Amino acid sequence: MSLFDHKMRDLHELLQKKEVSVSDLVDESFKRISEVEGKVQAFLTLDEENARNKAKQLDEKLAGGDSTGILFGMPIGIKDNIVTKGVRTTCASKILENFDPIYDATVMQKLHNAETVMIGKLNMDEFAMGGSTETSHYQRTFNPWNLDYVPGGSSGGSAAAVAAGEVPFTLGSDTGGSIRQPAAYCGVVGLKPTYGRVSRFGLVAFASSLDQIGPITRNVEDNAYLLQAISGVDPYDSTSANLPVPNYVEQLTGDVKGLRIAVPKEYLGEGVQASVRNAILEALKVLEKLGATWEEVSLPHSKYGVATYYLLASSEASSNLARFDGIRYGYRAQGAENLIDLYKKTRSEGFGDEVKRRIMLGTFALSSGYYDAYYKKAQQVRTLIKQDFDKVFEKYDVIVGPTAPTPAFKIGAQIDDPLTMYANDLLTIPVNLAGVPGISVPCGFDNGLPIGLQIIGKHFDEATVYRVAHAFEQATDYHKQKPQL
Amino acid sequence: MRNTIAFASIGSFFSEKCGGEIMSRISKEQVKHVADLARLSFSEEEIEKFTTQLDAIIGFAEQLNELDTTNVEPTSHVLDIKNVLREDVAVPGLPREEVLKNAPDHKDGLFRVPSILE
Repeated sequence: MSLFDHKMRDLHELLQKKEVSVSDLVDESFKRISEVEGKVQAFLTLDEENARNKAKQLDEKLAGGDSTGILFGMPIGIKDNIVTKGVRTTCASKILENFDPIYDATVMQKLHNAETVMIGKLNMDEFAMGGSTETSHYQRTFNPWNLDYVPGGSSGGSAAAVAAGEVPFTLGSDTGGSIRQPAAYCGVVGLKPTYGRVSRFGLVAFASSLDQIGPITRNVEDNAYLLQAISGVDPYDSTSANLPVPNYVEQLTGDVKGLRIAVPKEYLGEGVQASVRNAILEALKVLEKLGATWEEVSLPHSKYGVATYYLLASSEASSNLARFDGIRYGYRAQGAENLIDLYKKTRSEGFGDEVKRRIMLGTFALSSGYYDAYYKKAQQVRTLIKQDFDKVFEKYDVIVGPTAPTPAFKIGAQIDDPLTMYANDLLTIPVNLAGVPGISVPCGFDNGLPIGLQIIGKHFDEATVYRVAHAFEQATDYHKQKPQL
Repeated sequence: MRNTIAFASIGSFFSEKCGGEIMSRISKEQVKHVADLARLSFSEEEIEKFTTQLDAIIGFAEQLNELDTTNVEPTSHVLDIKNVLREDVAVPGLPREEVLKNAPDHKDGLFRVPSILE
């Protein structure tokens, strides 16, 4: 049995009772990493020396009776697009191969204040562009449930590390499904918060109107504790919402009596694999048994989500990634003749194909003569997609469906086919476009590969999303199953 | 799923030839122009590949034209936030040595770049 089979609250109690030390938790993490990391390859950077020193400091504090916060001493892994002062942050790109951040992201500040221990930085698709973690410049990450399969992406390292028991808690980021889809593929719990719930300061920007940082954990309660710690308004991010952060854990009552669930028919349509559809229908039965009711609804513009997303996200990315020019930080190409040549050489050598493809698409969509036809058109369709959600939420408390149309696919199966790869995000993308919160929780298996249940809530209503996810989790035991590594 | 079927048909569209030339919505010349705007450079072979792939993606995106969006306001982001203002208070910036730490080349406290003027 691993210490990480305990949930955060129990680990906290063990620390309080001095039955376990922070160093024990950190040891557990590095022990497991030494056992399985060769197979999983979730981490890009391990910060072992700092982690062990921090653990010792915290143990001294603990001995002095000074350890009140629930996150005190908890080992955590961080996606490598969140800047960590003094710890290399690459976004899994060659262009940031030696980037040593000089400040901490706001979420890192908050985690430091909560006295967590950072174990290391996690692999991802390059600049979070991808759904399989295969576009990482550095390494592939393998699905702990079956090493021939992808862990999903872009937060593939964050999900795989939790599933493999290397760390119990991680942060990922989600622009079109990058927390929820890998959480589904790896059989763990991942939440994308409402846009504005968590500060994006220090999250290397991909598509600024869609990006959100969120937690990946083994269970819903841990996830809620972590979100609680990283949420809130931030003067460094003017899109962070100035709203109080509720006590999420307090609201995990297990009670969903009278809850009104909407199930979009587009989310159980013909392209959704039968095993996935069946798992969702079974999950709905569980929720019904708990006293909720569900009805079929329509999100009629869902099918336009993928096209809308790729135009908008790529446009924003083409602008955001202009900063990587080889001047102030990161990789610089050799042998450039002049400044323009330096930019071109640096960017062409520093970025991988998927990143270039999206920069090209975005630059095209924003270019003179095409802006109205592509970029503005997509912004207008975004309005229609958002209105679909607004309308459903007038009558229902949550929307439920699959997180992804299929379980994980084989490594290499889709990497040369961008459009098929993009289709995996069909059911997660509309949530980012509408800016609402969504969670993926384990709800079944197909040939040993996990299936994820997606629960989507109203703006800033993570509390209800968590309550439903938790009630479902308590009534089932999918989250208790672990991969054999 | 309808979208998956659409993707598949776009996939087969790659290989369809029309009078020996691949049908396209975007030309190689346009791709070269966009690459220049994006400060990227590609080999001829890469230009071929990106032209085909971008063409397919743009073709896929054109499904949005099925929708009438007359008088629909564009959404740039979902929050009801407009301008966020604060007092203009001077605070210390990042120390210069720190800022230069990650620069590939610097001299006398400045970033160094190749000559800009011929």
